[in-house]
Amino acid sequence: MSPSSSMLMMSKLLKPVFLQSRVVNLAQVLGVPFSSQHGKTVFTSQIIPPPARYGGRHTVTMIPGDGIGPELLLNVRELFRFSCVPVDFEVVNVNSSLTEEDDINNAITAIRRNGVALKGNIETNHTMPPSHKSRNNLLRTSLDLYANVIHCRSMPGLQTRHKDIDIIIIRENTEGEYSSLEHESVPGVVESLKIITKSNSLRIAEYAFKLAREQGRKKVTAVHKANIMKLGDGLFLQCCKEVAAGYPDITFENMIVDNTTMQLVSRPNQFDVMVMPNLYGNVVSNVCAGLVGGPGLVPGANYGRDYAVFETATRNTGKSIASKNIANPTAMLLASCMMLDHLRLHDYATLIRNAIFRTMNETRMHTPDVGGLATTSEVVQSIVKLIQENSLHRQTVV
Amino acid sequence: MAAAVRTAVLAASKGIYAQWAPVLRRPFCVSASLQHQITSNQGDAARADGVFKVTMIPGDGVGPELMTAVKEVFKAGDVPVEFEEFHLSEVQNMASDEKLEEVLSSMKKNRVALKGKIYTPMEYKGELASFEMRLRRKLDLFANVVHVNSLPGYKTRHNNLDLVIIREQTEGEYSSLEHESVTGVIECLKIITREKSRRIAKFAFDYATKKSRSKVTAVHKANIMKLGDGLFLQSCQEVAQLYPKIKYETMIIDNCCMQLVQNPYQFDVLVMPNLYGNIIDNLAAGLVGGAGVVPGESYSAEYAVFETGARHPFAQAVGRNIANPTAMLLSSANMLRHLNLEYHSSLISEAVRRVIKSGKVRTRDMGGYCTTSDLVKSVIDNLHPLHQR
Amino acid sequence: MSGYAWRSTVSRALSVFKSQTTVTRNYGSVIKTITLIPGDGIGPEISSAVMKIFDAAKVPVHWEERNVTAIKGPGGKWMIPPEAKESMDKSKIGLKGPLKTPIAAGHPSMNLLLRKTFDLYANVRPCVSIEGYKTAYSDVDLVTIRENTEGEYSGIEHVIVDGVVQSIKLITEDASRRIAEFAFEYARSNQRSTVTAVHKANIMRMSDGLFLKKCREVAENYKDIKFTEMYLDTVCLNMVQEPTQFDVLVMPNLYGDILSDLCAGLIGGLGVTPSGNIGANGVAIFESVHGTAPDIAGKDLANPTALLLSAVMMLRHMGLHEQSRKIQTACYDTIQDKKVVTKDLGGNAKCSEFTDEICRRVRDL
Repeated sequence: MSPSSSMLMMSKLLKPVFLQSRVVNLAQVLGVPFSSQHGKTVFTSQIIPPPARYGGRHTVTMIPGDGIGPELLLNVRELFRFSCVPVDFEVVNVNSSLTEEDDINNAITAIRRNGVALKGNIETNHTMPPSHKSRNNLLRTSLDLYANVIHCRSMPGLQTRHKDIDIIIIRENTEGEYSSLEHESVPGVVESLKIITKSNSLRIAEYAFKLAREQGRKKVTAVHKANIMKLGDGLFLQCCKEVAAGYPDITFENMIVDNTTMQLVSRPNQFDVMVMPNLYGNVVSNVCAGLVGGPGLVPGANYGRDYAVFETATRNTGKSIASKNIANPTAMLLASCMMLDHLRLHDYATLIRNAIFRTMNETRMHTPDVGGLATTSEVVQSIVKLIQENSLHRQTVV
Repeated sequence: MAAAVRTAVLAASKGIYAQWAPVLRRPFCVSASLQHQITSNQGDAARADGVFKVTMIPGDGVGPELMTAVKEVFKAGDVPVEFEEFHLSEVQNMASDEKLEEVLSSMKKNRVALKGKIYTPMEYKGELASFEMRLRRKLDLFANVVHVNSLPGYKTRHNNLDLVIIREQTEGEYSSLEHESVTGVIECLKIITREKSRRIAKFAFDYATKKSRSKVTAVHKANIMKLGDGLFLQSCQEVAQLYPKIKYETMIIDNCCMQLVQNPYQFDVLVMPNLYGNIIDNLAAGLVGGAGVVPGESYSAEYAVFETGARHPFAQAVGRNIANPTAMLLSSANMLRHLNLEYHSSLISEAVRRVIKSGKVRTRDMGGYCTTSDLVKSVIDNLHPLHQR
Repeated sequence: MSGYAWRSTVSRALSVFKSQTTVTRNYGSVIKTITLIPGDGIGPEISSAVMKIFDAAKVPVHWEERNVTAIKGPGGKWMIPPEAKESMDKSKIGLKGPLKTPIAAGHPSMNLLLRKTFDLYANVRPCVSIEGYKTAYSDVDLVTIRENTEGEYSGIEHVIVDGVVQSIKLITEDASRRIAEFAFEYARSNQRSTVTAVHKANIMRMSDGLFLKKCREVAENYKDIKFTEMYLDTVCLNMVQEPTQFDVLVMPNLYGDILSDLCAGLIGGLGVTPSGNIGANGVAIFESVHGTAPDIAGKDLANPTALLLSAVMMLRHMGLHEQSRKIQTACYDTIQDKKVVTKDLGGNAKCSEFTDEICRRVRDL
């Protein structure tokens, strides 16, 4: 691909991302001015229909994905049914082995109509041609889910090297190294473009500070590599500084990414809220997840202005342990709790979350990945039992 | 029993959500993200004692009798539902603004209701909007769903029908905006808005998606009401684009009525403005056996009200023990499903179907000789057929 | 008559249609003039069929064929051609085939124009089950009478703000009384026993309330006819369950539009449903309300029943009961016999064969 054509693509990318012209049309016809909830991020004038919520029941898109995704989501459904959660799922399967983008477009449309999704990871086959974009990435960019939020917290019931970790990682989710703009400029030389824009950087920084304030956090650390990528990461850092000026109550620090990883494994407790561009976020979130016990424990959420998608923090398919009934359901279950919080079904979220934590920390029912012997279903059963006890207990109190 | 668990735990929230913001109609284009910033009026329904509380509005005519039938069946089926009963009636002078407020505050707590028809006397006294409509508007129950499904074993002119009628019921002809412009000339305004048209269209497509239906037909009269119904049609068209897997069609109301009596099998989900919905609801209910056998339900974002599909008080049957409780029982079963009480829901709906299918116990409107209580008793006997034999 | 001869009739009809001359047939006795508007698509074929059957029944009428294409009059107002209007004003009676509704032709539909020109305030549709043409319903025998000039079809609509449209439904005392009087008058002269007013006065309390009030007032003057009132939704519910309970139904515009088509559906569709429009000053236009069926136009496949039954209605309206009874019987017998009927009625016959069969029976009667 020639550089000029890639530039063209880039400019396309920089525009508000709508892949299907059909959707753009829709945006036009639906286009009445929209004032954003949080003032600053008026981005497109696209109008989103109201989420599918009727009679107090929500419909949520469920994308099982590959590997352990389907079984984990099955657990979620079971638990929801058991707890009488007023949420119905619209299951949309995405076949990762197909080159056509129909499946993923269907899934994206489904999220557009429901507003919220819970998803397993969709495998990205590396043998596919370069034009084959990661389905997960496509979904995030199409829906403009710019903020990936991961909350890594130590579980007292687990043996890990570090205790009392409590870090919120906020990762820019739509641009940076994940722009999918790569070409071979001359044979043997591949250029991969990393895009940093001011508007997106400001947006994510704003989001981070806002969240920090809401959650009563003290410090935000911006992670970057501005010493090397002076312009790109420089811009990101600049934006963070700008936003930080508006939040004098929150300490702002910045740290170079390589140092960050080192600090994380040596003194993780120094971190509070962290904000960073896409790729660093990928690295840092995996490091943090490892610190608190592994990929099976940490939930992740992707928020955009209009949509929200919930998944596990580390976004892996876990193909090797699929259908062996040994996958750790914790991360996905916690993700579903985040989703319930998002839907403002806080009581249900708390109920389920407490049961999960108690299973982890008091009952100490652990799957092999965190050093236990229990199967997935045993863990789920234990959670179910706790929900039951909890409710019976409450009942007698009332 | 699983029901024990459903004792939903959520009693704690009772106090917290005692204060309710005025019914918050969710703006059409509210961001789904960062929703916690929106004033929250969505607590979880407070359910003390592990029992689901449901508001009950028996209404007029045979409503109270039907409610008694439901209560009896629920009792026999051990259904963990407790009713909060409110008598609201314009004809029996039991309607007042205070009464309406009571119902509303109960609804805000329970969020689910079972309701009979509140009869609207034709002689109006100043107030153009009836209580039925005011309740509907206050709760913003914008979507009415009538699932017209032939009951196996009960033969009518058209059998094996299965279609869903979705009706907008907050605007259109029911705007209660009327005035006498000059003596002897009355203008009645029909209001169609894009916001509400889109909302009902999305509801219809969401419903179709949820129930795995394949086609949505928008019913209109845009050839005459080019602007009003035209806007409705355009809104449906726009929303349809979000649902590429569901077929979208349009049909003119008069043709639709004709098609319904000639070949009703061509329809799947129908969506339409208020008055047409009233017509088609009744028409389609008539196709499968009348007002006594078709359940219906109304939704807002927050609330769900379960009622009969064709809403008639059936006043001439009051006290005669001849009303057909089938529709209300099926509706109550739908309510249980909405409350996540799957087991009890199918327990009751299966029992009703079994009774109808056997054909022995039928009320007069179905061509039988049985009384309401006979049918109720038969349904109760059929709740646990396996235990008996 | 052979198919060939029939075709020549058509071509003659068509040529007449173009040249705007008058075909005169002298029957000797008192001859009434009828303005014939053949219409588009299958219109000319079925009109010829009706003319032929009238010939066979020796109906003392004289046809004046008139073309109606909207033309722009002085002042830019759309109107029907003056020849057609003159003819109608003179004859007072019209028979009309289907007219195609132009899409985006700039002028209103011809039906609307005719309605306005002659103030056709009442639309009457008798729906009677046809024996031999099986539908899910039998023994339907009712008449829908629809107010045709106001109500929801006032055509007054405006966009208040973007996304909010207001349509006005207009109900007037005069029009309500007029239609109610017509309904009772019709019931009396057609030996019908009950008139039911269909309304929605529980919701539209003032407008439908006014309509209902007028119906009640008029009913006072017709003690011999039973008067009942019913909600629109209840009518719909009962109509599809037990249509036999209804007799004459009178209602405002939109409800009439819907119910008349619904009732047509009960007896087999618009292809077998006659319709008449009654206007002020004694004008009446009878018509078939089905489409122009351009796909089968000119193929001799059309079903003339609706227009024929409308013509029968017309004869009754003119007081020619003898001929009207004859033609109606012949038509019903032919359909009941099922031997020579058109495709849509479940047979294989061509339009001309069907027509000939009816002519034969008319002559035999």
